[in-house]
Amino acid sequence: MQKDFYPKGTKTLGNRLAPSLGTLQAQEDRPNCLTGGHRACQGCGEALGARYVIDAAWKATQGRLAVVTGTGCLEVFSSLYPESAWQTPWMHSLFGNTAAVATGVAAAMRARGTSEVRVLAQGGDGSTTDIGFGCLSGLFERGDDVLYVCYDNEAYMNTGVQRSSATPPTARTATTPPVGSAPGNPFGTGKNVPKLALAHGISYVATASIAFVHDLEQKVSRAMSFHGARYLHVHVPCPLGWGTNPRDTLVHARNAVYCGLFPLFEGENGVVTHSFKLEKTIPVAEYLRGQRRFAHLFAKSGPDTERLQALQAMADAYIAEFNLV
Amino acid sequence: MLKQIEGSQGVAEAVALCRPQVICAYPITPQTHIVEGLSVLVKSGKLAAEYINVESEFAALSVAIGASAGGARSYTATSSQGLLYMAEAVYNAAGLELPIVMTLGTRAIGAPINIWNDHSDAMAVRGAGWIMLFAETNQEAVDLHIQAFLLAEQLKCPVMVCVDGFILTHANDRMDIPAQEEVDAFLPTFAPAQMLDPAHPCSIGAMVGPESFTEVRYLAHHRQVLALSAISQVAETFCKTFGRSSGGLVHAYQLQDAETVLLSMGSVGGTIREVVDEERTAGRKVGYLSLVSFRPFPSAEIERLLKKARTVLVLEKALEPGSGGPLFGQVQQVLAGEVPRLFSVIAGLGGRAITRPSLRQLFSRAHSGDLEPIHFLDLDRSVLTAYDATLQDAFGAC
Ligand SMILES: Cc1ncc(C[n+]2csc(CCOP(=O)(O)OP(=O)(O)O)c2C)c(N)n1
Ligand code: SF4
Ligand SMILES: [Mg+2]
Repeated sequence: MQKDFYPKGTKTLGNRLAPSLGTLQAQEDRPNCLTGGHRACQGCGEALGARYVIDAAWKATQGRLAVVTGTGCLEVFSSLYPESAWQTPWMHSLFGNTAAVATGVAAAMRARGTSEVRVLAQGGDGSTTDIGFGCLSGLFERGDDVLYVCYDNEAYMNTGVQRSSATPPTARTATTPPVGSAPGNPFGTGKNVPKLALAHGISYVATASIAFVHDLEQKVSRAMSFHGARYLHVHVPCPLGWGTNPRDTLVHARNAVYCGLFPLFEGENGVVTHSFKLEKTIPVAEYLRGQRRFAHLFAKSGPDTERLQALQAMADAYIAEFNLV
Repeated sequence: MLKQIEGSQGVAEAVALCRPQVICAYPITPQTHIVEGLSVLVKSGKLAAEYINVESEFAALSVAIGASAGGARSYTATSSQGLLYMAEAVYNAAGLELPIVMTLGTRAIGAPINIWNDHSDAMAVRGAGWIMLFAETNQEAVDLHIQAFLLAEQLKCPVMVCVDGFILTHANDRMDIPAQEEVDAFLPTFAPAQMLDPAHPCSIGAMVGPESFTEVRYLAHHRQVLALSAISQVAETFCKTFGRSSGGLVHAYQLQDAETVLLSMGSVGGTIREVVDEERTAGRKVGYLSLVSFRPFPSAEIERLLKKARTVLVLEKALEPGSGGPLFGQVQQVLAGEVPRLFSVIAGLGGRAITRPSLRQLFSRAHSGDLEPIHFLDLDRSVLTAYDATLQDAFGAC
């Protein structure tokens, strides 16, 4: 029976047997910085991602952590007054200023002589890659001691699934409907913020996925071993926005990595230093199929081979660029 | 210590005396000299503070928001377009009850772009929940900053000190800059009411729904009501400590038996006082009421001081096209049902000088009952002829 619950590859069963090999999430005494009872949808990848990240950062700093969160699903589902799911010092200011607010918190810690309290900023892809990008670039350029984490669910989910600059080509969103001659989000658009972060020459940049918890936790603790501005971009499927089954969130997260569309890598001081080798690769179509946002690529009348090939070419290019196999 | 320095330098020195721990800077005329002055003080080691150059005004105030929530006394300054660029954070800082102090070097808003002084910028954020104080002189600008930190921290409310761009910020003036010990005795070290502290985790900036939002807003208003007495008290303590009176809710000049009163804010007060003196010498009973506190709005004080006057002229450096002067609207509300006849005077827009001859003429027209309800001081009406002609082309005769 357990096989159904614990998919292969996460080593979860093994964790139970040998705690020292397990993820922090497999430990009974995990900090649980984002407690249950919040209002995220069932199967929300962002809720998982935030818990994994903040717990790992909490552990790395032994609890000397302050968290700043931008407006978006994560903020809304976790902090509806008079309740809060956050066990760490936590603040929310606006949608587009998270990185700057975090700069301020870090400056306050320095000014007050308590700079052992580290600052973690977090926001959705819209908050990070679009409206907050100016502040984020400012944070990178100044090198303030902040780890900025982007939870990428590839659209503006909190406002009802509109396109962001992290939305993949062809994906249907409420503002890129799957109609007309170029259905969904157009090709040739969007920006790759992990690469832009690298280009700022900051001490540490990484991408991660909630499907690979060991890797994710290691990246958070590695990020916390550096000082200055650091960036972590975590892929977090959203059942509501993607039109996926809530129980398949991790399957989709894993498939995004295995098909090559979401490459996992680390970089330091402007250079890629490590990439997560794929133990297997799958066709892009296999990743896209179970998601309603791509349903127009798999019409009853036949698959949209032209666009599927273009997406496969994108994945192949990433596999080559980051040397994933 | 008496000094002959630029207004901005005076403000910078006053801010430094308040020992801010985090200062955020982004350049915009006419505020720039203030943050430049502070950067010299920090770099030379005279002021121990984190000085952060940011990429926009939105970031500047956001950094101050984070720093204040992180438990540090925080300061920034801006003007005009910069204030609008940070508008979202202006509301946010007040909603989060963070005691940030910001200098506004008041300036017009474009288009057409104009770097000179008026109060359009301040008026654009008048509902944001900040305490807004207007300095009449550079000495008062210095003194108000010292009072501002105390008020902000006592009331858990950000304070904007509005200092007229160029007219004050760039004027070389005589200022008495207090000694550090005096300011230290007046302004205790910052004890944050809420902060991000791992020993006592709290959540700041939660989402609030319809069941509590009205109460939150009611409390924000209540805090401003409390500020009315706090502003007077702090000004009194300031006077006792430093031996000069500065700040408070309003400045009243020759109001005892005044029949015609001019009401205004900021640096124009100097010229107005001179004209009031001239009018008095000529036997006319005129007076001047200067608002220091614009938010909270000192309604009771205005009513008490003006209800016996016959004519009140509200002279302001801002205009809301299609509505009129925002300050006028508020004074009208306060004096509704009272004796005085009210006139709105729009003056000094985009830096146009408000001169003694113009003010003398204004008083004389008021005395002879020859004023439109909204009077534009020194308006060149010939622009209308040409403009109306184009309108007639577009709409036909109307
Ligand atoms: C200045 C501003 N513009 C727009 C919004 C509306 N808004 C709130 S959350 C949100 C979407 C958030 O998207 P993202 O950052 O990707 O986070 P997600 O909800 O997807 O996790 C938007 C558009 C806002 N709050 N503030
Ligand atoms: S809409 Fe998506 S991101 Fe938002 S709470 Fe639901 S599953 Fe999570
Ligand atoms: Mg999103």
